[in-house]
Amino acid sequence: MDLDPVLLARLQFAFTIIFHIIFPSFTIGLSAYIATLGAIWLRSGNDRYHQLMRFWTKIFAVSFAMGVVSGIVLSYQLGTNWSRYSVAVGNVVGPLIGYEVLSAFFLEATFLGVLLFGFNRVPPWLYVLSAAIVAIGTAISAFWILSANSWMQTPAGHELRGGIAYPADWLAIIFNPSFPYRFAHMLNAAYLTTAFVVLAVGARYLIAGRHIEEGRIMLRMAIGLAAILAPLQLFLGDQHGLNTLHYQPIKVAAMEAHWDGSKPGDFHIFAWPDEKAGENRFAISIPHGASLILTHHLNGLFPGLTSVPASDRPPVTLVFFSFRIMLAVGLFMIAAALLGAFLWWRSTLFDTRWYLRIMAQCWWIGFVAVIAGWIVTESGRQPWIVQGLLRTANATSPVPAASIAGTLVLFVIAYCVVFSFGIYYINRLIAQGPVGPTVQEIGQFSANPISAAHEAGRTAVGQA
Amino acid sequence: MEWYLPVIWAALIGIAVIMYVILDGFDLGIGILFPYARNETERDQMMRTVGPFWDGNETWLILGGGGLLAAFPKAYAVIMPAFYLPVIVMLLALVFRGVAFEFRTVSRSKTWLSVAFTIGSTLAAFAQGVILGALIQGVAVRDGAYSGGSFDWVTPFAVLCGLSLIAGYALLGATWLTIKTEGPVAERARGHAKTLLLLVLVCMAAVSLWTPLTEPRIAERWFSLPNFYFLWPVPVITALTAYLAWRWIETGREVPPFLATIALFLLGFLGLVISNFPYLVPPSLTVWETAAAPASQIFMLLGTLFLLPIILGYIGFIYWLFRGKVREGETYH
Repeated sequence: MDLDPVLLARLQFAFTIIFHIIFPSFTIGLSAYIATLGAIWLRSGNDRYHQLMRFWTKIFAVSFAMGVVSGIVLSYQLGTNWSRYSVAVGNVVGPLIGYEVLSAFFLEATFLGVLLFGFNRVPPWLYVLSAAIVAIGTAISAFWILSANSWMQTPAGHELRGGIAYPADWLAIIFNPSFPYRFAHMLNAAYLTTAFVVLAVGARYLIAGRHIEEGRIMLRMAIGLAAILAPLQLFLGDQHGLNTLHYQPIKVAAMEAHWDGSKPGDFHIFAWPDEKAGENRFAISIPHGASLILTHHLNGLFPGLTSVPASDRPPVTLVFFSFRIMLAVGLFMIAAALLGAFLWWRSTLFDTRWYLRIMAQCWWIGFVAVIAGWIVTESGRQPWIVQGLLRTANATSPVPAASIAGTLVLFVIAYCVVFSFGIYYINRLIAQGPVGPTVQEIGQFSANPISAAHEAGRTAVGQA
Repeated sequence: MEWYLPVIWAALIGIAVIMYVILDGFDLGIGILFPYARNETERDQMMRTVGPFWDGNETWLILGGGGLLAAFPKAYAVIMPAFYLPVIVMLLALVFRGVAFEFRTVSRSKTWLSVAFTIGSTLAAFAQGVILGALIQGVAVRDGAYSGGSFDWVTPFAVLCGLSLIAGYALLGATWLTIKTEGPVAERARGHAKTLLLLVLVCMAAVSLWTPLTEPRIAERWFSLPNFYFLWPVPVITALTAYLAWRWIETGREVPPFLATIALFLLGFLGLVISNFPYLVPPSLTVWETAAAPASQIFMLLGTLFLLPIILGYIGFIYWLFRGKVREGETYH
């Protein structure tokens, strides 16, 4: 059997990065939610918020661990699988990743220690501050990695000499043309994803008639957030799409399966793109729909796939369907959030069983949208690994196909095991619910952090 | 600038590697010593001593990898494909080690997760040692890219280095447990520390004799004159440190044996630097040949000079915050 090392390297990287992105898209939002709960607890003194904070922190810990260990893999895979990429653009991309480690990873990892173990060792304000620092750390991390990724989509601020990119203007590199859009779109996606998980857990408790008050808090906070962020995401996505049309028109053509650029584009609700014939089969379309969305004119024109040779086109079917999945989830989220807000306004939210039943099953939809969105943007960039600069086929490592295939199998097995257990444990934590000792039972905080730590230290060495 | 920037960066990457080896070393060491604990309660106690720290400790490994990409992309692009299989085995081992921390907290049946923790820790240590050993022996390079096979790293010397690192991390773990625990766990750790110290010394001696015998360039570095006049104290200080470590373990001291173990690691690293500088990818690529563009190294250096002190500051804070001993039965988060 003749295996293609480029395809295998791509499959392996796609698998490990798709697995990884699940966790940041949850932990970025969840850390912000935990910090918010902490802030409300500090202001109101309502112990229920503290209970909720501790509850979600346990789930955060399990998710964050999976995110960290799968993230380390990626920082090495750039070399194991993409060594020629590392040589060609390491000068530019390397420092961005370096800044991510220095400004975000240490911050998150260290203050997570305080959040998980420091409850009776630090004063409440420092405990909540640690949660906030973790949340800020995750957002800073997103900033740098999205800057690096955006540079691969819309490279700027560099000079190319002998096939190697050299930095010329760091601000232009970091704030490259697609970065603000991608950053806003992804960060918002992470918060939305989390909101729908929290919404589902709250709905699950209300249906089961357990942790009613906690469930209501979760529902209100999640719907309040989603009712703003879900419509905002449509706007951000639209702006991001217009930016992509400007810089990566062929990606947009693939998203819309738009072949002939001399005619206005239809919006295909469904179609089967035939990549060989260069046309769509079984298309159900809104005439001129894509033109209206992308050019804001019914008869507006935008480049089609046939404007470039087939060797320069991305895998149209994959990009086309992934985009539709993301869009469908996004529209469903808007509908669900606005309906929830409406029910809340009518004061029937907590009694509308059918709504709660549906939402309790929808914890996973944000993850699907995130993964689909990343497939659109990464596959849509093909055949380039760095748009216009370096082709994916020229970026691989001198590693035989057998090694890549063997380790791909290992990754699949290991990640499936880890993921199954992770889901199982998170589900069990949710089943247990926000229970545990109250602040009073744990022991009052001392106003003075030094003496609090001192007491904790004394207790720890058994001199109490 | 063209001369000293890569040297500064080699030193910074060296610091990241040392920080990783020492800090995650005792985490991994605890995993390696896990099977010798009497029951899961003792294992809880052992794990709890690194609970707040392991995540930050492991971050130095990302800094090592990310820093190598940023500062020496051409070295990164040779080393990673050369050690493709051991690197990926190490990463997967660290996956199991890492999730075992959190899964074990919420799991009712801890035994399997203890097994995963042990295997993950031991395998990660072994793979790291193998990579180091194979790197010392040299990497085949043609036109700036790795030109060897998938299994070039499988050599007796690399295996010896892998086993040595398991022993070394276990010693770090044992001396850490002596500081951070009390009762039977601390007592047993002290016993382990003595055995492991002897084992580590044997390993260090074997590696130190093996390298000059098989690598002429390293023999010349150490034994040619006048180098020898400056370098002979290194093994002497190592022997002295080992002797002190033994004495301190014998006399029941808590912190000094751990510090002495760190000193042994630092001396080993010093030996490595003396043997190989300025080669980042022995025997062909130097720090200057593999360096990133000066503009990249300067940009990263500014951030590092600003952020590294802050990082060390808050890391110091949490080690201070979670000082003291962990008793048996003390709760997790």
